[in-house]
Amino acid sequence: MATSTGPRLIAFVEKRGAIFLAALMALIAIVPVCHLALAPDSPFHISIGTVVLIGKYLCYAILAIALDLVWGYCGILSLGHGAFFALGGYAMGMYLMRQIGTRGVYGHPVLPDFMVFLNWKELPIPWWGFQSFPYAVAMAVLVPGAIAFVFGWLAFRSRVTGVYLSIITQAVTYALLLAFFRNDMGFGGNNGLTDFKDILGFSVQSPGTRIALFIISGLTLMASFLAARAMAASSFGKVLVAIRDGETRTRFLGYRVEHYKLVVFTFSAMMAGIAGALYVPQVGIINPSEFAPTNSIEAVIWVAVGGRGTLVGAAIGAIVVNYLKTIFTTGWLAAYWLFALGGLFVLVTLAMPRGILGAWEDAQGRFFKARPKPAATNRPGPAP
Amino acid sequence: MSSLTQSILYLDGVSVSFDGFKALRSLALTLEPGEMRAIIGPNGAGKTTMMDVITGKTRPDEGDVLFDHGKVDLTRFDEAAIAGLGIGRKFQKPTVFESHTVADNVLLALKGERGPFSALFGARNRIRRERVDEVLTRVRLLNERDRRAGDLSHGQKQWLEIAMLLAQDPKVLLVDEPVAGMTDAETEATAELLRDINRDHSVIVVEHDMAFVRALACRVTCLHEGAVLAEGSIDAVAGNERVIEVYLGR
Ligand SMILES: Nc1ncnc2c1ncn2[C@@H]1O[C@H](COP(=O)(O)OP(=O)(O)O)[C@@H](O)[C@H]1O
Ligand SMILES: [Mg+2]
Repeated sequence: MATSTGPRLIAFVEKRGAIFLAALMALIAIVPVCHLALAPDSPFHISIGTVVLIGKYLCYAILAIALDLVWGYCGILSLGHGAFFALGGYAMGMYLMRQIGTRGVYGHPVLPDFMVFLNWKELPIPWWGFQSFPYAVAMAVLVPGAIAFVFGWLAFRSRVTGVYLSIITQAVTYALLLAFFRNDMGFGGNNGLTDFKDILGFSVQSPGTRIALFIISGLTLMASFLAARAMAASSFGKVLVAIRDGETRTRFLGYRVEHYKLVVFTFSAMMAGIAGALYVPQVGIINPSEFAPTNSIEAVIWVAVGGRGTLVGAAIGAIVVNYLKTIFTTGWLAAYWLFALGGLFVLVTLAMPRGILGAWEDAQGRFFKARPKPAATNRPGPAP
Repeated sequence: MSSLTQSILYLDGVSVSFDGFKALRSLALTLEPGEMRAIIGPNGAGKTTMMDVITGKTRPDEGDVLFDHGKVDLTRFDEAAIAGLGIGRKFQKPTVFESHTVADNVLLALKGERGPFSALFGARNRIRRERVDEVLTRVRLLNERDRRAGDLSHGQKQWLEIAMLLAQDPKVLLVDEPVAGMTDAETEATAELLRDINRDHSVIVVEHDMAFVRALACRVTCLHEGAVLAEGSIDAVAGNERVIEVYLGR
């Protein structure tokens, strides 16, 4: 059986996808071992802080894949995907807040501290149900999905495209930023949600929980990649690329472009929501700054840097750029991070229009002299 | 009214203006089922605009645009719906999906369910390779099936677009300037292909190349300033004084 399904699986995920999945599997296996089994003074020991950091990158990679699906394949340059990520994060944060119970500063059995502080007497309706983990997870997916659906239904039906659409997505995330800043919205205002205690009964601080969250992030990234790849490889994916390359032409072939955009945009928002939900218990806080327009723009840069329209490239871009960001923002270089990011973006756009992955694959092709792949189906043109 | 009920496509009194400029002025045109019609006329005569009106890209200010023996009012539908009714179009500028392979271009065009869920899980993913190859054989592109469409020559792109029309299998084909930029041999082959297609489809061809139009051996309509200037056999139209004045002679 393995002989027949193995090659077929590789054909489906492509060679780059197979390498990506194998690398992730190795990461999921090796990182916990390096933390648990090796003595802290071993050169290969990985501290719990680093485990959390890598887990965070993996969540960003899920967001990048979600974004690549709409931008790389369908040509919708969403500058608001950070909002879906943040909404997923808030849903998880609300669950974690409700788990604190009487352990908060004010010791109220139901109300989170900030509500007691604001003198609220009752739990606001949006918070109902969030004591349940499955409910919170469902909301982390459904709320971003519903907002994306309503937004997409209005925007795609009126044929808003290109720069106009990008600007509106920025406006949406900015509006959410302002809304979540307000105390009377009931989501913790400026401070957001933090001081989490436990998740499903396990302490969020304990190394065991953190390693579990790391592994779950890795597995979710693999699943997200497979789902996105399945979409891209189906006829649906071919129509998405057709829309990207010639929207009008696609309509004249009889395709309802707005329906395709709506499906992929909604699905992508849900994936971003899952990424946010995984991110929050690992970093221990969610606040309105996650809605900042720059977050969404950074996500676009990850995808461009890694290689748009390849899924794997998007994930690589998220990990590489965030690794650089970690290096930059922890030392005296911190003040220059935005310049470095901007410079990286310009450099990649000019020197490697197909991103890191594209440059790497081209270099490999040159090295082995054989270029047997004339039909690179999903190579995107210049960014809209 | 007999011309209406006998028509596959019926335009009457169609006017379109862009910011006051009248691109179509009370245009009338009737196409019978199975007919092939060549449309000629100087640049800016409104030939492409006429196709835009038929395919739902442009809404006429007034006039009737009726399909299928007068049963369907096309002005009430959008592009995707009109394509679904059975009107296919080849654009003046070749527009194939450049980053898809030749085969995938045809696959996208093939007749059948067009919804997103069918494309994700359903019938669209089970289209047989032979159906694509059949169409590619007909336009002599079988050897190019796995090439990127963007890498094709100009003439090959034109053919690929015609292949996509064939795959769509519409009732009416609207073909805008199919031989622009083609060699003489390619032009001849295209005329042959269109005549072949015309055996089971109604076709409207817009073209400037008079040798090509002659080779189509069909009724000719000459447009000028958004209205019909002359209509009839190629010899009658080419001999028409007004046509010579505004279009053929200069
Ligand atoms: N979308 C548009 N906006 C403004 N003017 C247009 C538009 N489309 C066509 N026109 C004008 O209408 C006239 C007819 O154009 P067209 O139908 O393309 O002519 P043809 O195809 O016969 O060369 C031209 O003068 C053109 O400039
Ligand atoms: Mg024209």
